[in-house]
Amino acid sequence: MPGRIQSIERAAAILRLLASGARGLSLAEISRSLELPKGTVLGILRTLQHVGFVEQDPESGRYRLGGGMLSLGTRYLDGNELRTRALNWADTLASRSGESVRIGTLHKHQVLVVHHVFRPDSTRQTLDVGTLLPLHATALGKVLMAFDPLAVPEEVSSVETDAPVELTSFTRHTVTSMAAVERQLDGIRENGWGWEAEELVDGEVSIAAPIRDRRGVTVGAIGVRGAVERLRDASGNPDMEQVSYVRDAARAVSRDLGATPY
Amino acid sequence: MSQQYVAAIDQGTTSSRCILFDRDGRIVSVDQREHRQIFPKPGWVEHDALEIWTNVEAVVQDSLRKSDITPDQIAAIGITNQRETTLLWDRETGEPVYNAIVWQDTRTDDLVRELGAEGGQDRFRAKCGLPLATYFSGPKIRWLLDNVKGVRERADRGELMFGTMDTWLIWKMTGRHVTDVTNASRTMLMNLETLAWDEEILAAMDIPRSLLPEIRSSSEVYGESNGYLAGVPVASSLGDQHAALFGQTCFDPGDVKGTYGTGTFLVMNTGTEPVTSNNGLLTTLGYKIGDAPAVYALEGSIAVTGSLVQWLRDNLGLISSAPEIETLARTVDDNGGCYIVPAFSGLFAPHWRSDARGVIAGLTGYVNKGHIARAVLEASAWQTREVVDAMNADARIDLTTLKVDGGMTADNLLMQILSDVLDAEVVRPMVAETTCLGAAYAAGLAVGYWPDIETLRANWHKAAEWNPKMPAEVRDREYHNWNKAVRRTLDWVEHEDQA
Repeated sequence: MPGRIQSIERAAAILRLLASGARGLSLAEISRSLELPKGTVLGILRTLQHVGFVEQDPESGRYRLGGGMLSLGTRYLDGNELRTRALNWADTLASRSGESVRIGTLHKHQVLVVHHVFRPDSTRQTLDVGTLLPLHATALGKVLMAFDPLAVPEEVSSVETDAPVELTSFTRHTVTSMAAVERQLDGIRENGWGWEAEELVDGEVSIAAPIRDRRGVTVGAIGVRGAVERLRDASGNPDMEQVSYVRDAARAVSRDLGATPY
Repeated sequence: MSQQYVAAIDQGTTSSRCILFDRDGRIVSVDQREHRQIFPKPGWVEHDALEIWTNVEAVVQDSLRKSDITPDQIAAIGITNQRETTLLWDRETGEPVYNAIVWQDTRTDDLVRELGAEGGQDRFRAKCGLPLATYFSGPKIRWLLDNVKGVRERADRGELMFGTMDTWLIWKMTGRHVTDVTNASRTMLMNLETLAWDEEILAAMDIPRSLLPEIRSSSEVYGESNGYLAGVPVASSLGDQHAALFGQTCFDPGDVKGTYGTGTFLVMNTGTEPVTSNNGLLTTLGYKIGDAPAVYALEGSIAVTGSLVQWLRDNLGLISSAPEIETLARTVDDNGGCYIVPAFSGLFAPHWRSDARGVIAGLTGYVNKGHIARAVLEASAWQTREVVDAMNADARIDLTTLKVDGGMTADNLLMQILSDVLDAEVVRPMVAETTCLGAAYAAGLAVGYWPDIETLRANWHKAAEWNPKMPAEVRDREYHNWNKAVRRTLDWVEHEDQA
């Protein structure tokens, strides 16, 4: 049996310490309490910050437990439960929009499709529940990235420095610069919904909005996907009627999960 | 002209709902209200019929108000209801003589045994399609006549009316005393061939003819509503399972729908002739549209499907919510040799063994909670297979597609297992509310809101579909093992424990 790993023990001690202080602790306080050199503590804090277990208050510089730690503690929303709660609303969205509907949750660095409703026409379609989609090239993924701090593409999370990140390209429309994606995310946070055109599949557009639970935490995204001719208007913008259907559905599912209406 | 809608009232066992549908069969508005379950003694279940009526009036109004729809925008009202629940009321005052006796109520146990003493449990089966059982309305009427003071005399004087919940609501709304063939088929009192009350059964059960409503089709204008929806035609009545068959557009012989809730109801359209079951299924009406010939059906119900998942949650605590069963079951690739037969109160169709009790079979040290979760889901699928096999044998038609609805259809793994063990396509329709949709369709057809059945078929869309992936030899081996587990449930209850 391998021995214990000292740095993990120290990380656990830091987390325990942070959990005890409501206002957060400074680097000096942590290093004094644990009798560890500041440099060691800082390295561990940075790592914990990177995985979302620790946050640093931008004003005071104090450290506290991060959102990732909180979602570990409270029971995380089971994808099968999300599907059960969303079933009727997803059907309604498919029938109003005339497009296929998918609900996605974050799975590591990708979007996991937990629910799929066929487009209401007589064409042959296959259920793609369980499929993984890229975060940066789908509306579901962009929405998750905009509202869930843990939703980060693999390419970004594996880079240590602040050097520009190049994301995987799927079509000639895929936005591959992380900086450009970040700008899109600002827009999504502003509007409360997101979309992409032909970034994953040529000729296809997707539109999505966040699903929130009673804590206001984004637990998934719901959206439609369909042909560019149907979902994008002549001026190159998404069809706003479809956007409103998607947002209605997202709000309805969120309400079912106990979120207060926004 | 402003947009028109059809209102479907679903008077169910625990609540009453009203759903408004548009021409594409889409849900526009929903309102729902629960009513009290009254348990005067163990095994007795009653509803307050006046409370139900008040709730129905409220949900109709609120479903319109919620979506700013006015009564003149309602083209027709359709009704679907909990079946067999029995009410007697005064023809003049409208006052119920007693609470409604709910279908699950077992107070007629002794009466049913007494009626079966001569000619056995299947005494009336050839005529009405049903075995003697506590569920059905006939024995419940007889109990009221025998046990509620003054009821027999008032009935003999022609002062009282009988109705299932559809009849009660239609009478409250229109003043007409009518029922439809599907609801009448659950009383044990209707002759399946003639679709009229059977004098011989009435005499045997000692029920006065004067109590009974007129039997009409499932889709025709029974009368115009009074009250909030004044002037709107009341134009359909279908028992809940029959409405779901119609809402799933199971219009062709061999079409089967399965509603997966705490229990499961499977109904197969068998065409315009009643099929007698040699495998313990019930022969019943599917629906009857106006003057068109009646369509018959075979029904098989499974007592324990979703409730087995609840048992895993509440009694074993292996999961904290029902949908988590799928998560747990997906932690393993197969059942690990474990099988669960949930014969909690005996085995029903097609076995009919009240001496059976549940087993968990095939346990080894290897089996973990994931395998148990998988065996729970598989139990719903194999029980479906048993009923479908019986249906195929009785109707001599092979099922090709199972149309599913109900809460458990959210479980994708269960749907895949169902498809695997049935070796058939399993399809979930876009509108999960098939019961209400069926009632709306039947009402809309009667008033010309929808021109014909073909239009309804065109409205039906797949939300999801599952196809068999299991190799035939695996299916055969698993079915063989399931049957072995079923055999181990038999002869458990011995005579002296039965009370």
